[in-house]
Amino acid sequence: MAQLAHDMKHGGHDAHAHDHGHHDQEGLKMLGFWFFLATDLLIFACLFATYIVLRTHVDGGPTGKELFEVKGFMTETFLLLTSSFTSGLATLEMRKGNVKGLIGWLIVTVLLGMGFLGFEITEFVQYAMDGATMSRSAFLSAFFTLVGTHGAHVTVGMFWIIGIMIQLSRRGITDVTQRKVMTSGLYWHFLDVVWVFLFTVVYLSGMVM
Amino acid sequence: MKPSRFKKPFSIAALLAGLTVLLSGCSDQYPVLNPVGPVGQEELHLIKLSTVLVAIVIIPVLILLAIIVYRYRDKKGNTAPYQPNWDHSTKLEYLWWGIPIVIIAILGTFTAKSTFSLTKPPVESADIKPLVIQVTSLDWKWVFTYPDQKIATVNYAEIPAGVPVQFQLTADSPMNSFWIPALGGQEYAMPGMDMRLWLQADKIGTFDGNGANFTGEGFAHMDFKVVSKSEADFNAWVSDVKKNSPALTVDGYNKLTEKGTAEPQTFSSYPEGLYENTVDKNGGMYMKHDMSNMSGMENMPSMAK
Amino acid sequence: MDSIKQFASTFFVTGDPMIYGADVSIVLVSVAILFYLTKFKKWGWLWREWLTTVDHKKIGIMYLIAALLMLFRGGVDAILMRIQLAAPNMKFLESQHYNEIFTTHGTIMILFMAMPLIFAMFNIVVPLQIGARDVAFPFLNAVSFWLFFMGAMLLNLSFVIGGSPDSGWTSYPPLSELGFSNGPGENYYLLSILISGIGSTATGINFLVTILKMRAPGMKLMKTPMFSWSVLATCIMILYAFPALTVALILLFIDRIGGAHFFTLTGGGNPMMFINLFWIWGHPEVYIVILPAFGIFSEVVSTFSKKRLFGYTSMVLALVSISIIGFFTWVHHFFTMGAGADVNAFFAIATMAVAIPTGVKVFNWLFTMFRGRISLTQPMLWTLAFIPCFAIGGATGVMLSVAPADYQYHNSYFLIAHFHQVLIGGVVFGMFAGLYYWWPKMFGFKLNDRLGKWSFWLWNIGFYVCFMPQYALGFMGMTRRIYVYGWDRGWAPLNMVSTIGAFLMGIGFIVMVWQIIYSIKHGERDTTGDPWGGRTLEWSIPSPAPLYNFAEIPVVKSRDAWFEMKEEMAQPGYQKKPVHIEPIHMPKNSGIPFFMAVFFFIGGFGAVFEWYWMAIPGLIGIFACLFARSFQYDTDYYIPVEEVEATESALGRL
Repeated sequence: MAQLAHDMKHGGHDAHAHDHGHHDQEGLKMLGFWFFLATDLLIFACLFATYIVLRTHVDGGPTGKELFEVKGFMTETFLLLTSSFTSGLATLEMRKGNVKGLIGWLIVTVLLGMGFLGFEITEFVQYAMDGATMSRSAFLSAFFTLVGTHGAHVTVGMFWIIGIMIQLSRRGITDVTQRKVMTSGLYWHFLDVVWVFLFTVVYLSGMVM
Repeated sequence: MKPSRFKKPFSIAALLAGLTVLLSGCSDQYPVLNPVGPVGQEELHLIKLSTVLVAIVIIPVLILLAIIVYRYRDKKGNTAPYQPNWDHSTKLEYLWWGIPIVIIAILGTFTAKSTFSLTKPPVESADIKPLVIQVTSLDWKWVFTYPDQKIATVNYAEIPAGVPVQFQLTADSPMNSFWIPALGGQEYAMPGMDMRLWLQADKIGTFDGNGANFTGEGFAHMDFKVVSKSEADFNAWVSDVKKNSPALTVDGYNKLTEKGTAEPQTFSSYPEGLYENTVDKNGGMYMKHDMSNMSGMENMPSMAK
Repeated sequence: MDSIKQFASTFFVTGDPMIYGADVSIVLVSVAILFYLTKFKKWGWLWREWLTTVDHKKIGIMYLIAALLMLFRGGVDAILMRIQLAAPNMKFLESQHYNEIFTTHGTIMILFMAMPLIFAMFNIVVPLQIGARDVAFPFLNAVSFWLFFMGAMLLNLSFVIGGSPDSGWTSYPPLSELGFSNGPGENYYLLSILISGIGSTATGINFLVTILKMRAPGMKLMKTPMFSWSVLATCIMILYAFPALTVALILLFIDRIGGAHFFTLTGGGNPMMFINLFWIWGHPEVYIVILPAFGIFSEVVSTFSKKRLFGYTSMVLALVSISIIGFFTWVHHFFTMGAGADVNAFFAIATMAVAIPTGVKVFNWLFTMFRGRISLTQPMLWTLAFIPCFAIGGATGVMLSVAPADYQYHNSYFLIAHFHQVLIGGVVFGMFAGLYYWWPKMFGFKLNDRLGKWSFWLWNIGFYVCFMPQYALGFMGMTRRIYVYGWDRGWAPLNMVSTIGAFLMGIGFIVMVWQIIYSIKHGERDTTGDPWGGRTLEWSIPSPAPLYNFAEIPVVKSRDAWFEMKEEMAQPGYQKKPVHIEPIHMPKNSGIPFFMAVFFFIGGFGAVFEWYWMAIPGLIGIFACLFARSFQYDTDYYIPVEEVEATESALGRL
């Protein structure tokens, strides 16, 4: 991570050097963003802990095994992992200085994210129609909150990336837009990592338990 | 410049005054310092030990502070040495990292020992059978059920002196804490949990008990009396209750669960399994299940002590 | 018409003369402020200079004012409680009212008094002390402040609209769940802390980056002044602690409005989960507020003993170890929850271990004074009062950490006395020391000495009179949060004494306010920028500091950078280097932080009453602000050389 922050700092652009005491703004922001991600990670950690404590507390209601459908969550996983990959491709295009390629891959990323969300919402609605709502049991409260918090993060991320695309199309690749692409990309990969844990702790072990 | 001369002695005086107040108090008024049972005594022993150990550090600090502030005050003609650049001494650093470590090590050892020993009955002996009392915290009253005697009481309990009592604690309401300071420390009474607390009275007498964890509007009125009697008197009381008191019905219990305070009451019987059902209803099944997943806890009836 | 009447009678808190009095005074004060602003045409000034500012010094001052107001509010709560407890069977407050008061007292004092007070110190001092022109993220800094402010307003609003929270500042479920706390009060508690908590987390990130990345050239981490070090340690703790609180509050809120079962009695909920999450934040939180105080004492002791800080490395080590061990102590808040002997023993010993580095710090302060020359200025007085007070409070803390003995102290007045002693004797005394110490740097004048001493002695005597008896009351079996007690258990005399002490502290506070008002006119002006003979960089610039802080960023060679520079200047043959001024890069003011916080307030207020028509637009507004900010590229500017030169020569620095 230090390497990344370092890369950004010395991203090889115009002279800040002329004024002493003017710190490398983009580098600072990058570091700050890493710290933000740390706090966000802890939020997920607490939600995971809650889920693990409460996952057997089904109160006579449906268990994960009865609820989860392999096809649904496998599709979600596939979409999100692919979107993380395309987000990486976007960054590569940015390194090459290709705005069009950059925006193109970002569009693909957002579309895949939308697909992920679509499946997730369908999944939630399906559960709710089967009577498995958040107020059914502690297990379901924890399930919807944990998975839903991740989904909300993905939603915010999509809007964020759309905003950055607009800025890229107006301003091209500059120090500032480059940092924004980097932070949003970081965020997107982070959500991907969280999903891998979700997939394992919630869905896979839910199918087994 | 006056403050320096008076402030330190003042705070020491305040501390001493505080201690005097504590130590001179008559026994009825300071139940924690004058416990009547082995549990309270062991806790008092730790209180005293920890007081002495922290005093070993605190008192020299206070004295040192007073001396230093007096001796090195900025005053014309002060001949005390002045070394503005002296900012390090490895020896001294070892000293004040070392002393607290030793003290904490001593205190920690005693703490760990007592923590484990207090999970056992206070006096283990083959010929004394411990008494079990189940305690349920309601809004805002305590219900005591005696599973062996099959009687129940509200905001009032009797125990035989010299017999270890295992209190089993739960709540059918927000969590509370069950505390009889003269006998010993408290333990939480929590919904869905079956907590264990060992206490014992070595003397005959009447002791105050109260809830110690806030439960809402009527919390301040959740005080109760615990009467310790000779075994014969206790048995006489039990049979008197069985003969002369009304029975606690399911309806009667449901009435008790409604919000409100209550006067002391006694009941000749109570619905079978009342306490166990209350624990289960509020999530007890999950606790047992969760506990069985934890290693090293297999022998415990619950996660409680 | 009737429906309006009915709505109004539940919406506004009615039936209590004290609350009507509060209503009237709120309306009167608001009208007076509006009148003043309009009459003297101050609206533009207020907007340009304060509401939109991103200057860390002004944000610090706003934090300070808010914190002192909250200290007043929390203090009034305390006085009301002490009146109710002064004698047995008092009829001054109803149970419900008393419960609301101790809840808001605790919540306000920790989250809306102690936190902004430390943030005030962070903001005012850190950039100046490390030789920076602002914090790393000035815009975010303004967002943090306004989130705190709106959170505080939301909580205080509960007093007159809807009803205050009443399940204690720890708000344990299931008491804080529906069925036991139905009104909007608990929602106010959850949302106000949530909103200000987001701000606190952001402040943590902000100052962490500031201290890591923006120190003046030459200021290695091990040459950073001790206060900034303490802020660094604090920020790391904020980062790790606050997420747990956020989750605890959100889950409880979902329980309450979404019918979920995280902590409920039914549906398989587990209330202990909340208690764990709460204290995973809650215990580090007390170190979060105390570590900056330790930093302040280190600065003050060294300055007023005219001697280098003793054992700098040891002090840093102590700070870092406290901030790490602090995360392994939370279970000591509920030894009596029956976590098992092994768990209790571990957390008991971890808790005791915190006493080791803390003790080391005390010894290092003592030896900073040893062979120094101590002047008893106001900041030093508070520091000297802190040492015995905190030592005794720390000692009772070690006593409390002995798990089996804690079974006798838990939730009793012994505990109450202990944490007030460390929080007042530590945090409040510490912040007062900092306040007196840096006041000239903030405002350009010192606070009056004579009134300050009155206030000091009233506070100190009042403190011991108030809290020493409470230790004894704990041994007498008196538990916290009871609103009434009888004659039978002998608690009456000591409670009366304690109440008298509370009043003394109250008078001390009033004298302090009078001292500030008096000193605005009559206080000794600071024309040098270095009124105390300071040792760190903040004293090298004029008081109050100019907008850009440092005309030229200083180069640091040693720990006491400014002291070293002064010695160099005093050398015979010292040649003043010509000041080399360049255009200074500064952030532009922005109204977005304020508007964003207003949207948070609207959203929060809507959520309190579960009015989605209000909550959702609030939420959309928040995101709109974020989006708008993302599209702003014109966010900073350069102060031209001529303007800097003009300012500097006006300040007599060229």
